Amino acid sequence: MTVRVGVVLFPGSNRDIDAVNALRVAGAEPEILWHEDADLAGVAGILLPGGFAYGDYLRAGVIARFSPVMRAVADFAERGGPVLGICNGFQVLAEARLVPGALLRNRGLRFVCREVTLVAEHMDTPFTREIGERRPLRMPVAHGEGCYYADEATLDELERDGGVLWRYANADGSVAGPDDPGNPNGSLRGIAGVRNAAGNVAGLMPHPETAVEAILGSDDGLGIIRSLVVSSAEWASTGSISGTRPVAAVATAGGAA
Amino acid sequence: MSDSTRAWRFAVNVTPKPGILDPQGKAVERSLPHLGIAGVSGVRVGRRVEMTVEAADEAAARAVVDRLAGELLSNPLMELFAVEPLGEAGATGEAGEGGEGVPSRAGVRG
Repeated sequence: MTVRVGVVLFPGSNRDIDAVNALRVAGAEPEILWHEDADLAGVAGILLPGGFAYGDYLRAGVIARFSPVMRAVADFAERGGPVLGICNGFQVLAEARLVPGALLRNRGLRFVCREVTLVAEHMDTPFTREIGERRPLRMPVAHGEGCYYADEATLDELERDGGVLWRYANADGSVAGPDDPGNPNGSLRGIAGVRNAAGNVAGLMPHPETAVEAILGSDDGLGIIRSLVVSSAEWASTGSISGTRPVAAVATAGGAA
Repeated sequence: MSDSTRAWRFAVNVTPKPGILDPQGKAVERSLPHLGIAGVSGVRVGRRVEMTVEAADEAAARAVVDRLAGELLSNPLMELFAVEPLGEAGATGEAGEGGEGVPSRAGVRG
């Protein structure tokens, strides 16, 4: 049976159709979830797409955080369900404290729309397991507030804990620090995407969902989308996902998120 | 409507935390030489939000503002906020619509 993955539609989402397409290419059945609806329609995974939810007023993602659907998503995440936020979806997850850190205005102050190179840090997580061997991944970014920030202690803990899933890379394959050409926004330690302490919620600024077919210029993003789909199927059939930890155990240990 | 609802005006000033890079502030600083201005540093760009709050008393109104400032108007990971009481709103009549009837302060429009 085809696994159903929800794509949340906020007013101002604009990558929802790309997300729907990517999920289909990855073999899932996408289900659009309306922001005012607290019912997740029984989906096995959630994708928060890019865009400018609620106009990005106040701060990117913050108004969306308080929408009815996000209460349901937070509950779904707490039960261990897989949630992936892309670009604005990552900003929503960060504002909702479902993943650690914050996304500041790009260091160069400009909206940056270009291709970047990413490298996945760990190949066995719910969001990277289908990438295959470790290699540079090309896909676009398109954002004005994508500069990943967390305090030094949180960054250290994230790295120790395997919480950094993707980093920006320079042309020579090295990690792109805040001022390097491969880093589009000044993100600390080149961080492009992170996961929560339990391991079942992740966000990244680049757009894997628009890099899933050769005709789009790159299909390097497909492994990430397919990872979400496989993890959703696993969660639907077993009630857990390999590579994650029970949320309760994390909470008592005092996780970074 | 007939009960004596009172309302107070507040401003919430949100600024980037110390140590957080503020590229807007830096851009403002770098523009100052074009105005012939020297000796200005430490520019930090934030946001000011004003509002009218109906409540039984000022302390209750203030509690509402503190909550929304911390949960919605600022992100504690990157910003600080300060609440500034602006006095009772519409003291002589009914509570006004939004902030229009309140003595004006300089707008923050560009």
